Formats: sequence, structure tokens, C-alpha cells
Amino acid sequence: MRARKQHDDKGEPLIVDSIQPPPLLEVNNLAVDFSLNGSPVPAIKDLSFTVRPGESVALVGESGSGKSVTSQAIMGILPLNATISAGEILFNHPGSGKILDIAAIDAGSDQMRSIRGGSISIIFQEPMTSLSPVHTIGDQISEALFLHRDASRQEGLQLTRTMLEHVGFPHPARAMKMYPFELSGGLRQRAMIAMAMICHPALMIADEPTTALDVTIQARILKLIKELQAELDMALLLITHDLGVVANMADQVVVMYHGRVMEAGPLQDLFGNPQHDYLKALMHAVPRFDLEPGERLVPVREIHSEIGDLLQKETPSPVNGGAGAHLQVRDIRKTYQLHSGTWVGSETRELLAVDGVSFDVERGECFGLVGESGCGKTTLSKIIMRAITPDQGEVIYHDHQQAIDVRGLEGNDLLAFRRKMQFIFQDPYSALNPRMTVFDILREPLVVHELGDLDYQREMATELMHLVGLDPRFLNRYPHSFSGGQRQRIGIARALALQPDLIICDEPVSALDVSIQAQVLNLLKDLQQELGLTFVFISHNLAVIHYIADRIAVMCRGRIVELATREKLFANPVHPYTRALLSAVPHPELSQPLSFDAINEAAESEPALWQFPFTIEHNQATDFIQLDEGHYVRVMAGCKSSDLAA
Amino acid sequence: MLKYILRRLVTMIPTLLVISMLVFVIIQLPPGDYLESHIAELQSQGESVDEQKIQFLREQYGLDKPMLQQYLFWVGGMLQGDFGYSFEYDLPVTEVVGDRLFLTIIISIATILFTWMIAFPIGIYSATHQYSWGDYGLSMLGFLGLATPNFLLALIMLYLANVYFGTSIGGLMDPEYIDAAWSYDKLLSILEHLWIPVVVIGTSGTAGMIRRLRANLLDELQKQYVTTGRAKGLPPGKLLFKYPLRVALNFFVADIGNLLPTVISGAEIVAVVMSLPTTGPILLSALQSQDMYLAGSFLMFLALLTVVGVLVSDIALALLDPRIRLGGAASK
Repeated sequence: MRARKQHDDKGEPLIVDSIQPPPLLEVNNLAVDFSLNGSPVPAIKDLSFTVRPGESVALVGESGSGKSVTSQAIMGILPLNATISAGEILFNHPGSGKILDIAAIDAGSDQMRSIRGGSISIIFQEPMTSLSPVHTIGDQISEALFLHRDASRQEGLQLTRTMLEHVGFPHPARAMKMYPFELSGGLRQRAMIAMAMICHPALMIADEPTTALDVTIQARILKLIKELQAELDMALLLITHDLGVVANMADQVVVMYHGRVMEAGPLQDLFGNPQHDYLKALMHAVPRFDLEPGERLVPVREIHSEIGDLLQKETPSPVNGGAGAHLQVRDIRKTYQLHSGTWVGSETRELLAVDGVSFDVERGECFGLVGESGCGKTTLSKIIMRAITPDQGEVIYHDHQQAIDVRGLEGNDLLAFRRKMQFIFQDPYSALNPRMTVFDILREPLVVHELGDLDYQREMATELMHLVGLDPRFLNRYPHSFSGGQRQRIGIARALALQPDLIICDEPVSALDVSIQAQVLNLLKDLQQELGLTFVFISHNLAVIHYIADRIAVMCRGRIVELATREKLFANPVHPYTRALLSAVPHPELSQPLSFDAINEAAESEPALWQFPFTIEHNQATDFIQLDEGHYVRVMAGCKSSDLAA
Repeated sequence: MLKYILRRLVTMIPTLLVISMLVFVIIQLPPGDYLESHIAELQSQGESVDEQKIQFLREQYGLDKPMLQQYLFWVGGMLQGDFGYSFEYDLPVTEVVGDRLFLTIIISIATILFTWMIAFPIGIYSATHQYSWGDYGLSMLGFLGLATPNFLLALIMLYLANVYFGTSIGGLMDPEYIDAAWSYDKLLSILEHLWIPVVVIGTSGTAGMIRRLRANLLDELQKQYVTTGRAKGLPPGKLLFKYPLRVALNFFVADIGNLLPTVISGAEIVAVVMSLPTTGPILLSALQSQDMYLAGSFLMFLALLTVVGVLVSDIALALLDPRIRLGGAASK
């Protein structure tokens, strides 16, 4: 381990080791190979680290760095085409007190099965797909208990209920009979944790446990894991790419890259004084709140974008120059009908997805929309694009001199308007047709709008590839041969093919690794500057929004609760929901730990529980008042900005 | 859910009405009627035709009335349980079909059980041992079964059974039992003959089911919840049966809707080749000779079974899968 060696060189004593308890898990020189078409491809090379009882160790790295394979090797659940080719995984089995080499035990043997779930358990990233859709929560959790512990049916179910209550289910008895799809993402992950904890394992592996969750829910889940860990004296192997989570959860950190350890050591050493270039690069790639204005993120790998002749506009629109509103959204409201069936009849509920949303987007600015999943931001973006029809409200697009009522467009007018506004999607995997080559994907918008002949389209596609920093020789390839970040760049190129003025970016980086995220964010920022684009940027990640947006609207339950310029919103957040969001962000710095004590279960996103004057009871009227220049907040009807001071 | 079932039952009425009209029109589409084709047949055999008798029959069966009236007469009869009269057999339709229905059901159920018993283990094996020699070998056998014409296989099997086991050619029992009362020997004779049509009819179905089960199970085996189960420490067998197989069964339950009508109609071509006393050949000949009430009532019965079968499989799916039972659908 490089870091520790460096400490040796500095002459720091190694006595610490001798007073520490013996390791619970010791991975020595582990190597795992995948066999692809008969030839071995190494996924992990020479990996070593130790986990002591009760300690938290974080495995950090990008996708493809081998961190998940490590967890699979420890659990003995490697895919069939993977084999441990060298090394040992020594596990100090708490039941027998013996030290077992997991790498040498047959993964299908009874001994390994009793370790899996009994002494080592795991939780996964995506709680929806990790639970069986057709079995109740209670069944799936108690199953783990009955497999490993001698408990009667009654006792087992009672223990399961207690566990569910422990992980924060409000109605554990009812939850026992519920199915995963009936629960929210946060509760599903809690059920997953209950399942992993029910046998009181000595080691829990958490494989990106909060990556799929909203930031406030992430904070609660991290808090829960921390509490349970302390209570049960359990060791935690945390696998994540999020340095903010690492800074708040880990005692020891192991940084992996391409199946190798780059740097390892105690959290304080690594974050306080990173030695290896890779870790330094990762740290620079993470968007932070304390970035100077104009400071750029440094991606691990830069990309070079260049603008060709076809894409260069004759008169670039003025940027950030107060050129008037580009898009006006007025009082948009949209409700969904939800039908739920039971054995005796069905009921229909109304879900208010977007409620009276109004805002202006200036020409050339980046307007950020931030909020948790289900807050209506994607519905809103689709209404602006005219992919969904709202119940009321209007969308007005200003095409320089001419104001266009987007909702009133029909036929050819609508088709012509489509060229002005384009969309970048969240998931780069499903946004590209796998049966079309990149050339066909980039050409399609031009074909739909009958722009140019084949030669023009080929030239345009080549320029677009240059624009997003991809080699035009890849034009004949299919999307599957590209990585997630490259695919997202193809999606961006497609959105730019029609040379639109306004682009809606719906969570364009949330499916990407930190290093790739910085790359794509920088690309978007540059393109906006150079092509004079207006962005509506949707994200749940406040750090990303902070990096890219000029003005930010915070959405909750279909309403905009606060709207301000970036500086004002982050310097002086007024609304309790905005504050909750900000306080839930894990910073990749040791000086700003998450205050787990301040995390209030379920209160942040419940309008009825917001303190005066922000409280919104059911369907109550609200006012959107101005605090100072360009800073608005939603309060109870009739309140003045002077009430806020009180 | 009760409301849902009621609503489905009510919507069945217009569906069946439309089907009955289609059936009737299609049967009437070829020129002429049963009596005309009957006369033509008699004349071609050189027999004389009694014009008066024909006229009497025509009036008796209402064949001289307009089509709409004939249709109403037929539908009205069916509603009262009278399925009409078969010209060819000179018997009420219920009596013509009734005898054979029982044997058809026996063959069909045996075939379905045979299909499941063979297809399930093979499908599960193929999915869990993907790309192994066993998978390839069994898949090839399955494709052979799918590709072999049933009637050809039937002829070969009849020949082999006759040569090696001395089983009489054709039929579902030895000739001496055909009109005899039920006895132990008759049952034995039926069992002795039964396996040939079961194997012949079953092979193609088995192959199809293996392929579908394998594909569905392979999809499910990739899912994350299977890994969760493994990480829990579940033994492989229990894991397979409780999780992926359970989810993969959806297609199988959805298939029940198609099973009901085939249980009754039997495999027509094979039945003709093997001269099985099932309902399939009757339907075929009734359609050929324009024996309209026999054909019409039979087709209606099949339609009814299809509609009921689909309802049954929908209800079974809701029972099996909570996502269908409890899940709500959002309207855009």
C-alpha cells in the first residue's frame, strides 16, 4: 500500500497496527479475471486491503475500476465467467473464530452459503431491481433470517417487524405485507438494509448504496447506516464513486483505478494530503460549492472541442447580456390521474405534478431547476417541449422579435418551432437507438427537417463529432461501442444538429462518473458560451447546478419554492426546503461534515410541516414574494417579506 | 377486482355477438347450402334425387328464408341451449359432438401434461446451463420436434407401434371396443393407443414451450434480485424456484387462455391422419359439406372458450403477480 509506505519513509511509527484488533477481512494480492471469448481479461490486479471490526473502509473509483467485482469476490457471487486467479481473502469468521480463505472456498458450498447473508451481507445500488417484484418485503427479509438463524416462524416474523421499525418504517406491520413497487425509493433501500442487517453480520458491503437516491434521502440513509453500524459494531465496506459520501462515512479509503490500488490509507491522510495524481485529479473533478466564480473543473481526461464552419452562426446571440426573456413560462399546472385497484373496486387519485409554475429564462443564460425525484421537474420540461399537454398555463418562446405561443402551435408551425428547442436526456443508454449508427443518429434531425443533401449531412455530422470531441471516424459505429460519457456526448451532438437556440438538459450528468461528469459539464459550458445557447438545466445535484447555472429555481411538490441567482441562493437560502437540500449535500471535504443530528426524518419535503410563514396546507393559496433583487420565495398567502425577518 | 371481473364478463357479450355474426357470414359465404352440395353429391354418385323431399327439407330447416332470419333463428336457439341440427349426421349437434368431446378432452389434457412434463425440466436446464453441450443438444432436439411435420411423425409412429407393439392402426382403441360399453379392457386399449397422438401432438408444442421458457428464464436470471438472493445465502435450487422461475411463469399463465380452445378442438390434421374419434375431424368435414349448424355451433363454442380462457388467465395473472393486482396506471 503506497500511502502507508510513504508514511514509513517519513519515519512515522507503525505501532498503531499492533494495538489495533486483528483484521476482520484481509484481502491479499487478489486478482480476478474475466474470460471474454476464451481469453482472460483482468478486472482486478494485485489488490490488497484490510477491514478491521467495526471499521468503515471505502473503495473509491470510477465505473470499471473493479470495485464491484471486489465485493462480488468477497461475497462469492462472481459472475460465471469470472475467476479468482490469485491471492487470498481471509475472513475472520465470528461464529467459529477461525480464519477462512474465501478465495479458496467453493462459492456453491454450504460453508460459503452460511457466510453469505449470515456473516457478510450486501446492499446494492438500485433497490427497485434488487428486490423481487412479486414477493412481499416481509417475506424477503425474514427469508434471510430463517436461512441463517434458528428461529420459529413467529419469532422470525417478530424480529423482522422489529428490524423494519429499526430502519425507519413508519408502519412495520403493514410494510411486512407490502411489495417493493408500493414503496418509495428511500423506503426500498431501507428494506434492503433491513434484509442485510437482520442476521447481524460482522461485515456489510454497501455497493453504491445511495447513488440512486435523492440527496436528502441519501443523507438519511447514510445516517441510518452509521447508526446501525455503531449499534451492532459492524464493519462496513463502502463502495462508491462519490467522494462526498466517502468523506462523511469512511475511516479508511482505498482508491482504485483499472483494478489496481492507486492510494490507500486513513481518511484524514488521503483527503488532507492526497499523494497520487489520480486521487488529486478525482478531487479536482468534483464540483464544489467553494469554487471561485469562473473556476473550471479539471476532468481526469480533457476533451477537445472545436467548432466547424457550418455550426458557426453568422451573428452569435449576445451572452449573459440581458437581451430580454427567451422563454416565459406562465402558471403551468398539470395533474395526473392515478388508478389503483383492489379486489373490491378501484379508486382514482389526483396527483398534482406541476402547480402554478411561472418563470422567465433570459436569453443566453443557464437556468437551473433543482429538486428531488417526483417534484415535477421532468414533467415541466416536457410541457415546455410540448411533449405533454398541461391543464392550464402558457409557454411563450421569444424568437428575437417574435413571440411564439408554444401551446398554440400546430402542423408545420410546430415542426418549424422544433428546430429552436432541443432536449438532452438523462440516460445515455436508452436515449440512443441501438440499431442506428452514430451517423444515422446525428443525421436524423436533419432528415426530419429536410435540411441539406447527404453531403451536407455528412459534413454536419463530422463537425458535430468534432464539436463534442469525438473522432469522426467513429461515425459508422453503433452506440454500444461507446462508454456512457461518450454516448452522452453523442446525445449532445444530436441536440445541436439543428442549431437550436434553447436546450433543455434533463439531468444530463446524473448517470455519469465524477470524472466524466466534469468533462461533460465543461463541454456544455463551453458550447453555451461559444454558440450563444440558452440552457434550462434540470438536476437534483446542487453542486452540479451551482457549477453550471446562472439562476436557480428550487422545486418541491410541483411548486417553485425559491428562485434566485446562484450567488444569492447559496449565500442566503431562505426557504426551509432549500436549506434542507443544501445541508444534505455531502461535501468531499473533511472540514464540512454532514450534520447527521440535524437530519429531520421526512419533514423537509412535506409542505405542511414547513415552519411559518412557509407552511402550505392542502391546496392553500400561496404568494411568491420578492426578498431583494431577483430573489423570490414562496410563502403563505398574505405574508410580507418583513415577516421573514421575524 | 370484482368490479373488473363483472366488467369483463359484460364486455364478453358484444364480443361473442360479433364473433357469431362473423362465423355465420363466413359459413354462408361459399355459394349454395348443405342441401345443394348434398344433391350434387348424390347426383355424382348416380342416385336419383327426390325433388319433393329436398323441398320439404329446405322448408323444415328454414334454408329458404333470408340470411338474417336464419341467423336470428340460430342465435336464438343457442341462447336456449339448442345448437341446431346436423344435416350430415341426421342428429342434433349436441349428440354428434357430445360423444367425441370426452375423448378429445382426454387426449388434449394428456398432451398438455406431456408437454409440461417434458418442457419444464428441459427449459429450466437449458436456461441454467446456457451454452453447455446439454443446452445445445436439447435445443436441437426441440428444433427437430418443431420442424417435423406432425402428420408425417404420426404416420411413422403408427407404423412403428404396429410393428413393434402390435397396436392396431388408427383410432383410439382396438376396433372391437368402439361401440362397446366402458370396461377395464377398453380403458387399457385406450391407454395403449393414447400415447401415440399425445407424443405426436405434443412434440411441436413442447419445443415451442422449451424455447419460450428458456428465453424468459434467461431474462430473469440476469436480474439483480437473483444476485440479492444469492447474496442472502439461498441454496441454488430454492433460489431458482422461488424467484426467477416464479416471475418467468407469467408467460405460461398468459398462455392458458389459448389452451382452453385447443383442448376442445384437438389437432385436426393429426386426428384425421390417425382417424381419432375426436372433434377435430368433425369440424373439418362439417366445414367442407356446409353442415352449417354443426360448424357454426362448434366455432361459437371455441370462441366462447377463447374468451373465457383469456379472462381466466388474466385473473390468474393478477393472482400471481402483485404488480398487476395492485399496480395503478397513470393516465397522461
